[in-house]
Amino acid sequence: MSETVIRARGLAQRFGAREVFHDVGFEVRAGEIFAILGGSGAGKSVLMRQLIGLRPPSAGSVEIMGRDVMQERAAVRRAIGVMFQSGALFGSMTLLENVMLPLEVFTGLPPEARVAVARVKLALVGLAEAADRMPAEVSGGMARRAAIARALALDPPLLFLDEPSAGLDPITSAGLDQLILELRKDLGATVVVVTHELPSIFTIADRCILLDHAARGVIASGDPRRLREESTDPTVRAFFRREAA
Amino acid sequence: MGADPAPARLGVTEADGTVTITLRGGLDATSTGALWRPTVRAAAAAGGRPLVLDLAALSHCDTTGAALLLATEAAHGGPVAVHGAPTSVAALLARVRSAAMAGAPETGPATVAEPLARRPMPARLLAGAAEGLAFLGEALFALFGLPARRRMIRLGDLARFTDQAGVQGLPLALLLGGLLGLILAFQSAIPMRRFGADIFVADLVSIALLRELGPLVAAVILAGRTGSAEAAEIGTMKVNEELDALATMGLDPMTLLVLPRIAAAMIAMPVLVLALDLAGLAGMTVVMAAFGFPPALVLARVVAAVRPGDLLGGVFHGICFGALVAAIGCRAGLATGVGPRAVGLAATRAVVGGIVGTIVLDGLFAVFNYRLGL
Repeated sequence: MSETVIRARGLAQRFGAREVFHDVGFEVRAGEIFAILGGSGAGKSVLMRQLIGLRPPSAGSVEIMGRDVMQERAAVRRAIGVMFQSGALFGSMTLLENVMLPLEVFTGLPPEARVAVARVKLALVGLAEAADRMPAEVSGGMARRAAIARALALDPPLLFLDEPSAGLDPITSAGLDQLILELRKDLGATVVVVTHELPSIFTIADRCILLDHAARGVIASGDPRRLREESTDPTVRAFFRREAA
Repeated sequence: MGADPAPARLGVTEADGTVTITLRGGLDATSTGALWRPTVRAAAAAGGRPLVLDLAALSHCDTTGAALLLATEAAHGGPVAVHGAPTSVAALLARVRSAAMAGAPETGPATVAEPLARRPMPARLLAGAAEGLAFLGEALFALFGLPARRRMIRLGDLARFTDQAGVQGLPLALLLGGLLGLILAFQSAIPMRRFGADIFVADLVSIALLRELGPLVAAVILAGRTGSAEAAEIGTMKVNEELDALATMGLDPMTLLVLPRIAAAMIAMPVLVLALDLAGLAGMTVVMAAFGFPPALVLARVVAAVRPGDLLGGVFHGICFGALVAAIGCRAGLATGVGPRAVGLAATRAVVGGIVGTIVLDGLFAVFNYRLGL
């Protein structure tokens, strides 16, 4: 379980003269749920876009399974599944067709098999009965689940989730956390999750890094539960205890 | 998807009336495809007899593989004994099976806020030209890469876009063409009549319509109906991060979204141009009849005045205009910014850019035609 899946070194992001973060480095190990935390504007989403190769970092490098993300984009993309903040389901296709699209292009599966496989993925996220609905016809929580199903389409060993529970009510959000835990257990996937929802962090994350806007970088890393109890840094304490207080 | 994907293999044996399907190697998203139909067929053929699924030699299996195992069981119809499945495979199979059985959808409120638009105003003109050139390069690159990406060609999409651009635009083309013919004939007949040259209105209108106005007006229709729709559709996809999603899946937006729209416009334009031409000639014939010229005479004039080259040249212009308008529409969509206003802006750019581009291109064609003596 100690195989390194992601190795980020010295990552920085600048927009002109404005620096969002610098010298961000960490490793994610196989099978763990790794959380990228931070307040708004700390650069969580930018960091995730760098990790998945959508945005070239101003400095530093990312390796996923030993391959450089910017150099070997095609190979890396076959190994990752991404769920975007708003779901990013294709609005002109049903949920089932959304899941089938990558299958259509990248696997040699015959049409009836694509339908069967896509239905299994939707069933895994609890959407067996909503398969033929359009993204606009389902609730926010269902859309997130469908987006996770699509990210799982090619059974990637590494899953990126950008704010999976943003804008959802606590119950739906807790359901999503359970789903993420189940998927990790059943599929053995490694999960990187970007979030600022405290309940979710303590439920699912094995390890985390905390980005801070003022420090322009990582101010804490490790097990979030231990950070909450043991950290002496006032900013870290404030982040982890804001709801406990 | 692992480092060394062991090829999956299928074996079917029968002994004492019991059929055994043996799966070896790794069953994952890539390797399962080739095995799907043979396996399901073998299971269906075994219907009625006991079926054993021997998974002892399975090195790994993901949910795609699990879906195949479920489909195999369903095809057989009766109870299936699973032998020797490695623990991880058995666990996954159990999980997938229970998920496929249950599956109550849960509900929750949808509240997703879009960030507000904030765009700077740089020196746009030069950047715009450079981006246009880059777009052209990308489109050509995608076009030449097409044979390698055959699976990204979605004929259903092409048909839908052609329908939108062509078939649904036909009534408008007929209406505008007819009115154009009426107006042109009427306006030119009055001064021509003073010289006793009314019959030459047929020459004038038919040449003007077939060579220039037909393709031009068809392009304006395309820009207004289709270019704007393309920009809005692609722009909305961009706002919803759908384009990013395509890119992370390794699906090229240029190949998947832009090329079929350009192709559809190029297919639709000849139809629109011909419809416009015909409707225009009909409109002109009506006016001429009102001035006392029988349709047969008018038709004879038209046939005498127009060379096949005029008609074909017009259709060719139309195809070029179609490609340009669709490309400008898609480009406007891909360049959509952030926020709710961005999509509207993209649609506007598509229409204005499409019409201006068409007229500029028409001017270039006029120069070339003059130089070539066409």
